[in-house]
Amino acid sequence: MKPNTLKVGFLRGGLEIKQFLRQRESVVFTLLFPVVLLFIFGSVFKGEVGPSGVTFSQYFLAGMIASGLVNTGFQQLAIMIPIERDFGTLKRLRGTPISPVSYFMGKMIMVFAAMIVQITALLIFGVLFFGLNLPTSMNKWLEFTWLILLGSICSAILGIAFSAVPKSGRGASAVVSPIVIILQFFSGVFFVFSDLPSWMQQFAALFPLKWLTQGMRSVFLPDGFASQEVAGNWEVSRIAIVLIVWSVVGTLLALRSFKWSAE
Amino acid sequence: MVNELAISVKGLTKSYHSRANGKKVAVDGIDLEVKVGEIFAILGPNGAGKTTAVEILEGYRDRDGGEVKVLGQDPAKLGNDSWAWRNRIGIVLQSTNDSQDLSVSETVHHFANYYSNPRDPESVIHDVGLSEKTNARIQSLSGGQRRRLDVALGIIGGPEILFLDEPTTGFDPEARRAFWVLIRKLRDEGTTILLTTHYLDEAEALADRVAVISDGKIIEISTPENLGGRNTAKARINWLENGSRQEIESDSPAAEVAKLSARFNGEVPELTVIRPSLEDIYLKMIGNQ
Repeated sequence: MKPNTLKVGFLRGGLEIKQFLRQRESVVFTLLFPVVLLFIFGSVFKGEVGPSGVTFSQYFLAGMIASGLVNTGFQQLAIMIPIERDFGTLKRLRGTPISPVSYFMGKMIMVFAAMIVQITALLIFGVLFFGLNLPTSMNKWLEFTWLILLGSICSAILGIAFSAVPKSGRGASAVVSPIVIILQFFSGVFFVFSDLPSWMQQFAALFPLKWLTQGMRSVFLPDGFASQEVAGNWEVSRIAIVLIVWSVVGTLLALRSFKWSAE
Repeated sequence: MVNELAISVKGLTKSYHSRANGKKVAVDGIDLEVKVGEIFAILGPNGAGKTTAVEILEGYRDRDGGEVKVLGQDPAKLGNDSWAWRNRIGIVLQSTNDSQDLSVSETVHHFANYYSNPRDPESVIHDVGLSEKTNARIQSLSGGQRRRLDVALGIIGGPEILFLDEPTTGFDPEARRAFWVLIRKLRDEGTTILLTTHYLDEAEALADRVAVISDGKIIEISTPENLGGRNTAKARINWLENGSRQEIESDSPAAEVAKLSARFNGEVPELTVIRPSLEDIYLKMIGNQ
């Protein structure tokens, strides 16, 4: 009888998490780096964003959570999969009866687990050291939940799709990281989005990170702040549409271009 | 069913095209048949097309032409049932370097989940001689141990056909002997084995039949004993006479030795009689290409 695809997917997820936890650098980078960034930016920029009563650290927290989704999903997979391709992991799997669905499920589960830990670390650190406010209404927590779910799925799918671009595992980081850093600058992670030049805003609006960041602001910033957004409101439904469209596009690209071996 | 075929290949061709080198023919019309239960070796120098041919059989590569059947199915046309076919084959690739952070036991147990009727992971680990390394991380294994793990993962599904691509490259002599014992054991259990190698002694020690391949073409398929007419080739008789080495070739070495013995009135100084080694035959074969 054929082994159950979902069961094998969960087993692969467990295996991926185990491997992830055993690579100390990746654990430290994933968990600590966002906290360190929050610490630096929260310490340097003490003031408030305009006359809104929102502290810069609160604004920056929303950006860090959004870019955390991009780091653990897109960035991690787009770098890790070419390395696995070079090491022969993918070719070996291709020679077994495992369904590709199980392999991708395993990756998603690993991304999701890393994300939950990262976000929890950020929230705890933010509340303890920077007096950040957590959402108080049920609706905001619900919105937070679907943003994380949809955001991590979208981010992971795009990472899988993009993994076909780097020619080798060694070069993957050099191809992928600059894209993420530029998008972070353009999407209102490190700077207040409405302060950016409009060409930068429009460019960023083509990609999911800008929308994820805006969504996280809608969760962590008071509703009164919405009037200071470029559109004058949070555009929550548009955020969902953009993430879904990118997920679908990413899936189609991944199906067309995914490479199991380097040749 | 002794005559049943595990693998049949007719007129297989494959070329690569690259901007730098233009068209390169890797496999140039190969025919071969591998019977169920035999060890079949593909022997050839590096770049002869061995790996390309085998990777076509394993379903990794497309081909340009020819017919291929592995366990009755065309590896290029598996469709939705590919899992069922892969469930029956085992592949040991040329070099792998994955799952560094997992232990031997974790990896073998995990791969067992991919197959519908896997072998017992503990006994597979034992069979490949890694019992003492069960809990060791893969990154701590030596090259030979790593290769044994590759074989463990290749046979964990209880395959009917096992593909081994240059399995002992980089082994020390002792590890190679131990590895050969393992491969013969698998054959004795009924596994069909297709092996590529550029080591002659390996082909000679393991294979029931050998195909010699050079420049993408098969030069000969034979048993190791009969390869290149080795069994009927002239023997070389060599001895010392008047302070210099003498050598003759002969179809009837016993008669020649008897003549020599009569001439020397007993023992012939430093007498040797040799049949050409597999290596002599092989070098002659690929040298003629």
